[in-house]
Amino acid sequence: MEIKVYGPGCRNCTNLEKEVMNALAELDVAANVEKVTDIKAIAEAGIMMTPGLAINGKVKSYGRVPKREEIKEFIKSEM
Amino acid sequence: MFNWTQRLADWLVYDVLKIAHKSKFGDALNFFIYDTIKIFILLLIIIYAITFIRSFFPPEKTKKILAGKKGNTFFAHILAAMLGIVTPFCSCSAVPLFIGFVEAGIPLGVTFSYLIAAPMVNEVALGLLYGLFGLKVALIYIISGEVIAIVSGIILGKLGLEKYVEEYVYQIKVGDAGIDFSDPTLKERLLDSWHFTKDLLKKISPYVVIGIVIGGFMHGWIPANALAKYAGKDNPFAVFIAVAFGIPLYSNAAGVIPLVSELTRAGVAMGTALAFMMAVTALSVPEMILLRRVLKPRLLAIFIGITGMGILFTGYFFNVIL
Repeated sequence: MEIKVYGPGCRNCTNLEKEVMNALAELDVAANVEKVTDIKAIAEAGIMMTPGLAINGKVKSYGRVPKREEIKEFIKSEM
Repeated sequence: MFNWTQRLADWLVYDVLKIAHKSKFGDALNFFIYDTIKIFILLLIIIYAITFIRSFFPPEKTKKILAGKKGNTFFAHILAAMLGIVTPFCSCSAVPLFIGFVEAGIPLGVTFSYLIAAPMVNEVALGLLYGLFGLKVALIYIISGEVIAIVSGIILGKLGLEKYVEEYVYQIKVGDAGIDFSDPTLKERLLDSWHFTKDLLKKISPYVVIGIVIGGFMHGWIPANALAKYAGKDNPFAVFIAVAFGIPLYSNAAGVIPLVSELTRAGVAMGTALAFMMAVTALSVPEMILLRRVLKPRLLAIFIGITGMGILFTGYFFNVIL
């Protein structure tokens, strides 16, 4: 599973990355988590509000930090 | 609306804690309790209301609305400035938004109208201004913020500065985020807004409380009108200095507005105070560093210059008429 966290490095982006890691640990799922900080790459993914979260190339949320339970649902839906 | 808050503060301080009436400490504590409760209630109402309205304007929709109004029309600028109030914004999103707008064919000037209004006119600033300065000042702030955004955007649009946007911006093909944009139900909107409001209040409350506490100390130590001599209406440089200090100062509205409210009591003229708050919120160093990635230095300087001039003018204007 490929998970991407989009954001130029603001506090919320770090929070999102942490929550993704926690969700993965709680679900006991292995995944590649990549942090995308390049502005071009963020825009090309169609994300206009950071932080953004994409799993397997599909944008799941942006502009907010989803709750851990929600992130778990995103992950499950891509398994 | 807030009589009960005063009674509650009186009861807590004078009856429960048995602090003597008219004692300096008792009055300060009373004032602090009253102010804090009032401000948090207003913040709660205003943040919730704006967050709810916001749920109808995700950035894609804003982009579509503005891209639909092709051209640099006056109406497009007004729309952009108004959408700036109701769309969520944080300085770290300024760049992806900018690219998204430009790529969608929204004129540069209209994009700037949006980018100026979005950080300046926000729910936290409105709640605090209403709570600390009253409805009139809050309305003056919104309206002048919108006017600055519209006028600066129009001027920036007229200058033909497209060539000072970094070239790569025009080459980016913005992908479709592809999220299912089925409209949330009313219940979902109300609930989501509540969660957002709760989180935001939690985040800003320490700043607000610290701001009010420091304000309370200033209330005790700086006599009323002590600063009038330096920053009153008669000093023509006050607005200029306030804006010059406000631009690089990066603080959220939550911490700065309670302090500014004390400064006005100490004699800083209202227009000067407004200009200072606008400079702090509308233009910040972190946002400029991010914007530099898409704007060449010259355009960035023109953007700061024109917005700064608009804020200066507003400050002088309200020093004259208020």
